[in-house]
Amino acid sequence: MMFHNREVWAITWLTLEVTFAATLLSLILGIPLGTWLALTAFPGRKFLMALVNTGMGLPPVVVGLFVCLMLWRSGPLGSLHLIYTPTAIVIAQFVIACPIITGLTVSAIEQLNPRLRLQLLGLGASRSQLLWTLWREARLPLLAAVMAGYGGVISEVGASMMVGGNVRGHTRVLTTATVLETSKGNFAAAMALGMLLLLLAFIVNGMLTHLQQRRSPS
Amino acid sequence: MQKRSGHVRNSAWMLTAFIMFVACRPWVCQGAGREVILATTTSTQDSGLLDVLAPLFEKKSGYQVKVIAVGTGQALKMGERGDADVLLVHAPEAEVEFMKAGHGSDRRLVMHNDFIIVGPKGDPAKVKGARSAAEGFHRIAAAKATFFSRGDESGTHKMELKLWRAAKVGPEGGWYQQSGQGMGATLKIASEKSAYTLTDRATYLALRKNLDLRILLERDAPLLNIYHVIVVSPKKHPGTNLRGAKAFADFMTAKGTQRLIGKFGADKFGQPLFFPDAGKRER
Repeated sequence: MMFHNREVWAITWLTLEVTFAATLLSLILGIPLGTWLALTAFPGRKFLMALVNTGMGLPPVVVGLFVCLMLWRSGPLGSLHLIYTPTAIVIAQFVIACPIITGLTVSAIEQLNPRLRLQLLGLGASRSQLLWTLWREARLPLLAAVMAGYGGVISEVGASMMVGGNVRGHTRVLTTATVLETSKGNFAAAMALGMLLLLLAFIVNGMLTHLQQRRSPS
Repeated sequence: MQKRSGHVRNSAWMLTAFIMFVACRPWVCQGAGREVILATTTSTQDSGLLDVLAPLFEKKSGYQVKVIAVGTGQALKMGERGDADVLLVHAPEAEVEFMKAGHGSDRRLVMHNDFIIVGPKGDPAKVKGARSAAEGFHRIAAAKATFFSRGDESGTHKMELKLWRAAKVGPEGGWYQQSGQGMGATLKIASEKSAYTLTDRATYLALRKNLDLRILLERDAPLLNIYHVIVVSPKKHPGTNLRGAKAFADFMTAKGTQRLIGKFGADKFGQPLFFPDAGKRER
């Protein structure tokens, strides 16, 4: 290996940090938004849904470019000094994951039997009780939404490279490190990083799958 | 049943707490002002030079340097917009334009190496016998042998275009292809496709073991590859870190650093990758 073990650890840890932060933020916004879209009828809903569905396929490089333009010192948010920081990567990845989680939440809630909602309301459930029960009922597809969102951010390289800059010891994550080692011709190191990335994705998805499958519907 | 679901709930909470803990850190400790953004070419990163120099600079100056490795063209544009504090680039003509336009406040000679023409062992275009770089390029075009260009407005790409002009050929047609990528990636593509390309010596030497390419033409005067460090002008862009940029320029031209540059790579490749030039006059 070209670099020390400690550096690989730091890169792996940073990858975990930014992908978790981005996924978590996307959940906080995406699940309520998706639920609202699924349960509410209003003019323009179809248009909004089309927007979300398009967003599910947003190319990371386009997101990267957009976030770069905003965060560069010459951009409108330049004074925040966020470009080339882990926070910038989190922002870009949030933009990538949020539509995925929102879109899949909509279909998760929509596929529930509509009578369940009416029955719950009829039984006098409060708003929060209603939401809680719906989310519990839809937990299998909702966890699938989490996994899809997480998969979207851990695998992307274009946005991380552009907004993070692949700065050594600061914003270098597993995907950008793999690109760098490949361009340096260190294929063994690149392969090792790729394996580490796969392992990381497997562990996280394994835990989520465990949560999803453990409590089968009684 | 009760016990089992309790266990699941506990592990779910623990997982959530762990994720929250991990997810919170990117938002804290982001101090500005102590960081210097260095926009540079891919060759200084792909050859490994900055992996040696950047930590040393950080230790000596206390600044944190963020190395953004892009092509020279893009690095100059970042300087024009004030998105970088200091540049380490290798396209003298474009740099002079940059200085004339008032984007830089200080430009200093740092080091040089040279460009070489590399290609497949068989050398179908017979570049090896050419007397000048321009003649070599002419032969490649005449034989319609596959040539890979960086195509990214990097310093190497600018040099390549200059050589085509000197050879009086417009590089067009199926034999002339553009990778749009950094030097390392372009060398690998040229190697896989048995094609010719123009490269700086440092990147070639650093990657040689993985390449099936030979040096076919070298040591022609126009092939000199000169690196300058430029401090982005604070007049046009008051937001830049002038002190940090100056500290970096001072560091790159300091005696100790220059000695390190001259030695870099000698142990690994049998010859140095860069030749220190600070303080010398140009040509």
